[in-house]
Amino acid sequence: MSTDAAHKSASQGGNGGDEHFEPRILVFCCNWCSYAGADLAGVSRLQMPPYFRVIRTMCSARVDPEFIMRAFQKGADGVLVAGCHPADCHYIGGNYRTRRRMALMKVLLQQFGFDPDRLRLEWVSAGEGEKFQKTIIEFTNTIKELGVSPMKGGE
Amino acid sequence: MAASDKIGAVMVVGGGIAGMQASLDLADSGYKVYLVEKQASIGGTMAQLDKTFPTNDCAMCIMAPKLVATGRHHNIDLITNAEIAIVDGDAGNFTVTVKQHSFRVDPKKCTGCGSCAQKCPVEWTNEYDEGTKMRKAIYVRYPQAVPLVYSIDPERCIGCGICAEECKAKAVEYDQKDKVLEVKVGSIILTPGFDEFNARLKTEYGYGVYQNVVTSIEFERIMSATGPYFGTILRPSDGDIPAKVAFIQCVGSRDEHCGNEYCSSVCCMYAIKEAAIAKEHTSQVNPTIFFMDMRAFGKEFDEYYNRAQNEWGIKFVRSRIAAVTENPKTKNLILKYVANGEPKEEEFNMVVLSVGLRPPVDNETLSRVMKFRLNDDGFAQTGAFSPVETSRPGIYVAGAFSAPKDIPMTVAEASGAAAKAGSVISSARNTLITKKEYPKEMSVEGQDARIGVFVCHCGVNIGGVVKVPEVMEYAKTLPNVVYAEQNLYTCSQDAQERIKEKIKEHKLNRVVVASCTPRTHEPLFQNTIREAGLNAYLFEMANIRDQCSWIHMHEPKAATKKSKDLVRMAVAKSRLLEPLQNLTMKVNQSALVVGGGVAGMTAALEIAKQGYKVHLVEKEKELGGVAKKLYYLPSGDDPLAYVRRLDKEVTSNKNITVYTGAKIRLIDGYVGNFKTSLESGEEIEHGIVILAIGGQEYKPEGEYLYGKNKSVMTLLELKERLHKGDPLGKEYVFIQCVGSREKGHPNCSRVCCTGTMTAAIEIKKKDPKAKVYVLYRDIRTYGFREKYYKEAGNLGVTFIRFDDEVKPKVEEKGGKLEVKVMDEDTGKEIMLRPEYLVLASGTRPQPDAGTLAPMCKVPQTKEGFFLEAHMKLRPVDFATEGIYVAGLAHGPKFLDESIAQSLAAVARATTVLSKTELEAEGIVARIDEDLCDGCGICVPTCEYKALEVVAGKKDPKKKLVEVNVGLCKGCGACVGSCPAGALTQMGYRDSQITAMIDAALEGQMPAKKEVKQNEH
Repeated sequence: MSTDAAHKSASQGGNGGDEHFEPRILVFCCNWCSYAGADLAGVSRLQMPPYFRVIRTMCSARVDPEFIMRAFQKGADGVLVAGCHPADCHYIGGNYRTRRRMALMKVLLQQFGFDPDRLRLEWVSAGEGEKFQKTIIEFTNTIKELGVSPMKGGE
Repeated sequence: MAASDKIGAVMVVGGGIAGMQASLDLADSGYKVYLVEKQASIGGTMAQLDKTFPTNDCAMCIMAPKLVATGRHHNIDLITNAEIAIVDGDAGNFTVTVKQHSFRVDPKKCTGCGSCAQKCPVEWTNEYDEGTKMRKAIYVRYPQAVPLVYSIDPERCIGCGICAEECKAKAVEYDQKDKVLEVKVGSIILTPGFDEFNARLKTEYGYGVYQNVVTSIEFERIMSATGPYFGTILRPSDGDIPAKVAFIQCVGSRDEHCGNEYCSSVCCMYAIKEAAIAKEHTSQVNPTIFFMDMRAFGKEFDEYYNRAQNEWGIKFVRSRIAAVTENPKTKNLILKYVANGEPKEEEFNMVVLSVGLRPPVDNETLSRVMKFRLNDDGFAQTGAFSPVETSRPGIYVAGAFSAPKDIPMTVAEASGAAAKAGSVISSARNTLITKKEYPKEMSVEGQDARIGVFVCHCGVNIGGVVKVPEVMEYAKTLPNVVYAEQNLYTCSQDAQERIKEKIKEHKLNRVVVASCTPRTHEPLFQNTIREAGLNAYLFEMANIRDQCSWIHMHEPKAATKKSKDLVRMAVAKSRLLEPLQNLTMKVNQSALVVGGGVAGMTAALEIAKQGYKVHLVEKEKELGGVAKKLYYLPSGDDPLAYVRRLDKEVTSNKNITVYTGAKIRLIDGYVGNFKTSLESGEEIEHGIVILAIGGQEYKPEGEYLYGKNKSVMTLLELKERLHKGDPLGKEYVFIQCVGSREKGHPNCSRVCCTGTMTAAIEIKKKDPKAKVYVLYRDIRTYGFREKYYKEAGNLGVTFIRFDDEVKPKVEEKGGKLEVKVMDEDTGKEIMLRPEYLVLASGTRPQPDAGTLAPMCKVPQTKEGFFLEAHMKLRPVDFATEGIYVAGLAHGPKFLDESIAQSLAAVARATTVLSKTELEAEGIVARIDEDLCDGCGICVPTCEYKALEVVAGKKDPKKKLVEVNVGLCKGCGACVGSCPAGALTQMGYRDSQITAMIDAALEGQMPAKKEVKQNEH
């Protein structure tokens, strides 16, 4: 699917999801790569579904597992953590810690009854506006397919 | 000249990566900088690159922080769209006349929003994208451009007036005139970069005729995510994925037919990188690189080359391509070449020409206006011991303008030139810089948050999509918000005054701006609130443009809703913001230089010239290091005489204390405050460390009869014999890559090929009848060193290439040496019976690097050389601040390169030494001593080694983790690891981030509805 078409389908309710479901997605971006990549998507006017909200941290390794649990507890339908590519971390190796923590979090989420796909880790560099767009479109589609969070009465 | 005549300012000409680095180093060391750039924005060639070798780092990612830092440094004046007209005066006191071309846009008013370009009806090919994309007649060179000011291309503008109408900031000025500026500076640094070789001159390759033949820099844009195909590899003729891509090396290099006999030094590596990245972007692409010698001579380059061959599936063919023809139907390209002695023909879908580096087109104008000499190839002339000095005192050079070179060496030279430019005028340091004074900070302690929210229309950029008035009204309803307003441009100068007024009027103690991205604009607003007496950290931003109105352009309702959410999140965090103080640390303004070779002595002398005390520690009884054993340089200069001169200067300099025969027991402390004890018991206090401990020649015991037969010697041993005037032999064989480019030592030692040429030429000069054979794998005489390769060939030296896997065999028969080598080109074995066998053995690190590394908290490569903070842009720094590396301790290199690196280390060190106090970031980790139980789980999470388990101050039995704020970089990685919740990242507290999470999700959970129990 082209990104435009994907966006359209994501905005309109995805494949088989609820027509009116407007998912709420929280995105953690590291300051140096992913937040810059998100900005570049903007500068390049790359369009994407409007259901995500970004929280900026200096490094993706600042994303405490508790933040993710909190987000799901408060009704987030999906959480995306975006950091620098492996070996590109502004803080040398912070993203490697993020990767380990996220792997663990996925296991934990499943035990709490969430589909682990509701949590996603993605590497987005400062030059990858298009990857940011693609990630948001795909993740929005995934969340639409998974439906409303179990915390809000979904499955 | 009296000291008072010296001017504490430097002009840097050329705003690429070298110009930015030199400017930043100087501006951070107490000098005013004027950075002159001929384009409308800085960034140079590096801004066009997709990735960089050998780390495959995204070029823009690593460069953008430098771009922004240069653009907003209050002691750097950017003069873009400008050229040098006249230079008068002498070192220490120049008057430079600069001609600045009109932007036809007022830079003070332009906010860079880009509405003008959206509406401009004129399209033209974009130079930044090498013509692969279009731009408008009013444009910026690239999206991240600094300064972010649009300019009108007078050649293309049709004067329709749409942009002037569209610009809400009223910045367009069609009749703006060119300006002539007169600037007084003490020294000048030239960093104009290079031009690419014009591939049209090699008509046999069909560039400009065949659509699918592109240059390497065009291919760089094709690969780029911001390029014409968004990072997918497609060929220009039909937009198909090219299954077979050929890279042709040495286009405009090592080629006397086109006048460029030199090697361009970077093409081999960038071709491997482009091939690898192309395959990574689009897996169907299969690249083949056609080359003569693979010149992967830099730090860890050979490992990259090896991976390209063995892991990434890139094909390498050793052959020079004779001609390229096109199949007019398919637009495929047919390459004719000779490989393994046979003529071949192969079809490719696309061809990339690895074009060489030429001097910039205005080299002769620069040379004439500034009165410095160019070399025969049109580059700036430098000396073997003065790599960053031009022929005119007070004018320095860095980067590709003095010779083709890669980014790390360019950056090192830029810093080196900054050191030299600074030492000329060190007596005028701090005379022309301004230090910003702010009013006394108001205390906000114990006060309820009183938040002011400013919502920006950004012309139509936000306001055209988001209902800004609605967002503003919404902001007013949020708790603790006592004031909200909307602005046409919140970043404009008059808006700053309004913000300050409103802070006073409404007693605001927190400010939120909802506009663009904090990455570019946060410092501006922080500065504004500081001017109004608020702590800078009481500011928060909501990004409702880049991450909202621009990406949801067709969904105004949803975008407005999102903007409200983003404002609510920012306000929620703002409520919990607290003033942070940038901690200051005293600086001991003296240096420790470890190692007394040429690198160490150069560094010591230059720091002394900057006016600071130096402690130079050398473990041997005398200074000089490995340079004493070189005896010959290819340039004809005498290294021994140079070492003696340096030694004399160092020992007689009263700012330098020399410790010979001295060993270091311990180095302790952090930037500004180190304490070092020597084994003799002496203690030294200092603010920075330069590690210049050198390297050594590998002694290949047991290889090729070395150590068993007296006629087998290393290259340095041969040079010593030649120097002593030992009787000469009639026949010599050199074997290259002994102990380099093999298992355990996979990398190239960089200097041996040229060293062999130097020795071979020396032998031939002394006895033209002597027979000299060089057995090699690739000849890596990069840059202008290529001419020594050629000279050796002309003098009758025979070069025989052997395969990487089939090494020559050496035996002793009847007291005579027998060397058998399989000639790769003819496939025949050759037998030689030399009188002397010379082994060009590799460079090894000093063994004591291993003891110094943990003391200084710095890493080493697998081979034991020190590993710098970043291979590309921080070539002499470590992640640990205040410690620098220079010379062979960093990796194999030539004497001139070591000198440049030493000077670079000095420039970097001077950014610390020139200050009495250092400011640490406010955003650092803090520990709650009551909660911390000293478990130490956090300690390994810190990449900067800022955490340490210590005995508690109150109760020494209790263990505690201590945060060294001098080392902390404020990433926050440690915070999440603490099981006790004792660690906090200031400015990103758990409570602050949680408040944002809660605000983002407000209204998501039904207030009363029972939550369904999970069934698992």
